[in-house]
Amino acid sequence: MKYALFLGCTVPVRALNYELAARKVGEKLGLEFLDISEFSCCGFPVKSVDRMTSMLMAAENLSLAEEANLDICTLCSACSSVLTEVDKQVKENRALRNRINEDLSVTNRKYHGKIHVKHFVRILHEDVGLAKIKEMVKRPLSEFNFTAHYGCHYLKPSEVYGKFDEPENPRTLDELIRVTGAQSIPYEDKNECCGGGVLGVEEATALKIAALKLDHIKASGADALVLICPFCNIMYEGNQKKIEKQSETEFNLPVLYYPQVLGLALGIPPDELGFRMNRVKPREILSRLG
Amino acid sequence: MIDVSKLDPNFKYEIMKEPGGEHVTRCFACGTCTATCPVREMNDEYNPRKIIRMAILGMRQEVLTSDFIWLCASCYTCEERCPQDVRIPGLMNAIKNIAVRQGHIHPSFRAQLEVLFAHGRLYEITEFDNKKRAKWGLPEIRENVEGIRKLFRKTGMEKLVKDEGGAE
Repeated sequence: MKYALFLGCTVPVRALNYELAARKVGEKLGLEFLDISEFSCCGFPVKSVDRMTSMLMAAENLSLAEEANLDICTLCSACSSVLTEVDKQVKENRALRNRINEDLSVTNRKYHGKIHVKHFVRILHEDVGLAKIKEMVKRPLSEFNFTAHYGCHYLKPSEVYGKFDEPENPRTLDELIRVTGAQSIPYEDKNECCGGGVLGVEEATALKIAALKLDHIKASGADALVLICPFCNIMYEGNQKKIEKQSETEFNLPVLYYPQVLGLALGIPPDELGFRMNRVKPREILSRLG
Repeated sequence: MIDVSKLDPNFKYEIMKEPGGEHVTRCFACGTCTATCPVREMNDEYNPRKIIRMAILGMRQEVLTSDFIWLCASCYTCEERCPQDVRIPGLMNAIKNIAVRQGHIHPSFRAQLEVLFAHGRLYEITEFDNKKRAKWGLPEIRENVEGIRKLFRKTGMEKLVKDEGGAE
């Protein structure tokens, strides 16, 4: 199983632990990744400014993976969303495809709609499969209670994603947490957005949205929040100190990327999973691992 | 108070012609979007039902020059729940796309365009970043600006970047 690894803008600069853990876990599970150095921004940030520019940026990236004859694996859910959406539109709407390719010709590129886009976690669930992962678990994490945060663009719009999971009652990430032996415990407003989408426009609102969820998770008694998008991470981990100050509450809640959790269960040493780069230090979790 | 003489009855058609805005008139104002919106829960300035009503009524100037159209988090919660399939995140983008062409772009989005034009990515890749990546055994990242610059030129985005002290 080989994929073009699409890192996007945030992961390779601000979420090295996510990238590192995903690569290690992928290697262990027989996933092969090709890095395409010509990849650039996915186009998501430009959607609300100019739809055509955003589609062209996505199509340029898609065409690079198509040239390598590989499906794309994304780590960021926003990249996942815009690349999947544009791919679907190119495949279904010939007039739009022609228009995109006409404009894209300024970069000497063309996208024919021959590849697919999948989030890393969806690949784990669909292409690797729970059964194989279960076989590979060396150190079951049975003493831990985690809370899953799906975020928005891993699941939605569900029409674009072919409804591979149920947006109102998602299960894929919960199942992937459970397959490590850990518990995935319920909490209030589990499907709520992190607020990251308005961080640049109205920071106070974004932080309040994130604070509410941190509150709910803390109340659940979970050992950590487990997520799968670098922007959700910026909200819950990167901004946790700021939120604590604003809401005068101490959360001290470790935030882990799912591949870090899976990596531990697969017996990969914590050092190789980038835990040192987690801002809220998961010391207690690592010490309980022994 | 709404001054009826200032309404633009064609605004809704303008929105419907914009990709993403096609379903605007399907809205029957049930308010599911607003009740379900995580931004609305924290900030009264943002009210998708009200924005759609204003758009359908023809309050073109108020909508296009407002700050509140930029507050949609694009979380798609409303899209999944809307009984009329209005597809609000796409509709908000359609409205914002029109606003941008009328010269009303939110400063934080202009700033993003500038960074994208300068670096091809939302974050600049410095030597420090690549050193750190190398330390962890991760491959070097390059900035590819040429492709994005050509696309920005083609679609007219370059003008937005250069209009107001952009990255030249």
